[in-house]
Amino acid sequence: MEILVYGTINSVSLALMGLGFAMVYGISRVPNFAHGALYVICGFVTWTLFQKLGLPYFIAIILSLGVNGVLGMLMYRFVLIRVRGMNISEIIASYAIGLIILEGLRFGGFRGMTYTLPVFMEGSLMIGGVPVDYHRIVMTIIGILLVAGLWLFTHHTRIGLALQGMAQDERAALMLGIDSDFMAMLAMGFGAVLAGVAATLIMPLGNIVVESGYHVLIMSIAVCIVGGLGSWMGAFFAAFIIGFAQILTVVYIGSHFQMVVAILAIILTLILKPSGLFGQQKELEERV
Amino acid sequence: MSSQHARKERIDRGIKVRSDGLYALMSLRELSYLTLPRFILIAGMMLLPVLMPDMYWQRVISIVCIYTILAISFDFLAHYVGLVSLGGAFFIGTGGYTAGILNTYFGLPPILTVPLAAIIGGLICTLMLLPCLPLKGVYFAIITLMYPLFMARIIEAFDIFGGTDGLIGIDNFSSAFVEQYLVVAMVLMFLSGIRRFVTTDMGLIFTAIMDNDQAVKASGINIAKYKALAVFIASAMGCMAGACLTHIYMWTGISQFALDFSILPIAATVIGGSGTLIGPLLGCLILVPVSELLRDFGTLRIVFYASILVGFILFRSDGIMVFGQRKYEQFERWTKI
Repeated sequence: MEILVYGTINSVSLALMGLGFAMVYGISRVPNFAHGALYVICGFVTWTLFQKLGLPYFIAIILSLGVNGVLGMLMYRFVLIRVRGMNISEIIASYAIGLIILEGLRFGGFRGMTYTLPVFMEGSLMIGGVPVDYHRIVMTIIGILLVAGLWLFTHHTRIGLALQGMAQDERAALMLGIDSDFMAMLAMGFGAVLAGVAATLIMPLGNIVVESGYHVLIMSIAVCIVGGLGSWMGAFFAAFIIGFAQILTVVYIGSHFQMVVAILAIILTLILKPSGLFGQQKELEERV
Repeated sequence: MSSQHARKERIDRGIKVRSDGLYALMSLRELSYLTLPRFILIAGMMLLPVLMPDMYWQRVISIVCIYTILAISFDFLAHYVGLVSLGGAFFIGTGGYTAGILNTYFGLPPILTVPLAAIIGGLICTLMLLPCLPLKGVYFAIITLMYPLFMARIIEAFDIFGGTDGLIGIDNFSSAFVEQYLVVAMVLMFLSGIRRFVTTDMGLIFTAIMDNDQAVKASGINIAKYKALAVFIASAMGCMAGACLTHIYMWTGISQFALDFSILPIAATVIGGSGTLIGPLLGCLILVPVSELLRDFGTLRIVFYASILVGFILFRSDGIMVFGQRKYEQFERWTKI
């Protein structure tokens, strides 16, 4: 029972981390290696607004999500747009931006144990004999709602359909009058907001530390690779696979191996089936 | 003349054209046009350790050379074989640990461990990367980025080879002189060796694999074999650099798998000029000392070289060396349209 409950919670938090990355890659084909940095910066912006400026918690969260979205769009508009389509430059450029943000934050003095965000709700609940605090439950529910919302958004709204069209065939989308650069910028903004949502939901459970940026990046890559790059429903299912695998290793082998599982998942998936479990890309595109 | 009615054209300098052929031997001027840049490079590298004022800066030169070897291996793999490996740290770490183990457990002297680490480490890296060789583009880049993290976690989790503390008490090179000139000689050797190598028949096959692997496959060439060979060459170079690093610091540990070793060589290659092989050296000569100067500012140096990297990728993606070469070989003028 403990495995089931904490496996689900862990899986949902992984899915939250991975969704933004999957969305950006799925639509604009830009592997956003600054994803972890966007995650961390959202935490610090919320912290600054809430603790330093004394804004109400809810407003602070909304504002910082907005800031994150704008940051993501600016990043696309001024940097990534110039290297789009050149895979390696995309990786290097976005990773370098991530490094600038993360190490800049570290240099700016954001380190130590003092940075925490309050949980949404205090207290805990017993589920089948396992104590679970309310915040984790809220996180799980919001996470699942978010995925459902995203599905509705991409299938039933104008912008969502445009994004989907671009993900399927960029040239055809261009011919139908969809501005691909604007859409890619929008996707990047959404991705950044999703990273921010993940941050505001997950960060209250621990401290805000710069290192978690790298951790989140690896986890989101793991989720996306296993689910198939570019397929965000795949990412959601992959999050459950990795999430449960992680909890099982923690219970039966030891907590040292939690990260090993994620990295091993990436390596094995890439070797055995590089398009991932749910990937829609043709095999030829990625291997000879 | 406004730019609307004119365009810039580039023409090879006369001396370049003359020195391409047999005429190069006709006058000292043409001879020096050809040999001077190479002479400056070799003499400059040989003199560098002597010119450095103290031990600290001599050590910096050794580090520059180690990063250069790594950057050359990245440049070779990325721009002559078409495999972009973001896992420089994987090579450094494997080589470093191999040398450390050979030295502490088997008591071999550095003169043996460095070449052995290159061969054994190269084999280990190639074997581990063998299943990923069919991957292309982003996929290969991501998987190579993951390998060093994986190795570090494995060593940490199983607590082998000294665990988080690493292996200590590894022998040093017999003197600072040997240390300096070994790495300098290695840089020069790899530089000229790879430059020659990419023009041989085998080098041609590598370039062809980069351009169109299907076509190479269709001509009946086993591309997996050649890719593995290229990875072996590159990883052996990286491992050799790692082994030297281990002996210089007399220590090997998990931090040799750190991202620093993956990012800095790439930054140096992009800045210096990708695909030129000499560019990585130039980039390292600029980046490493600057980052040493910024050491007091802690992580600011990472911010600094990441910003330079972004700037170069966006505005000067061909790098300093290509720019310099163009100025050296060609002149520009405005012509009427």
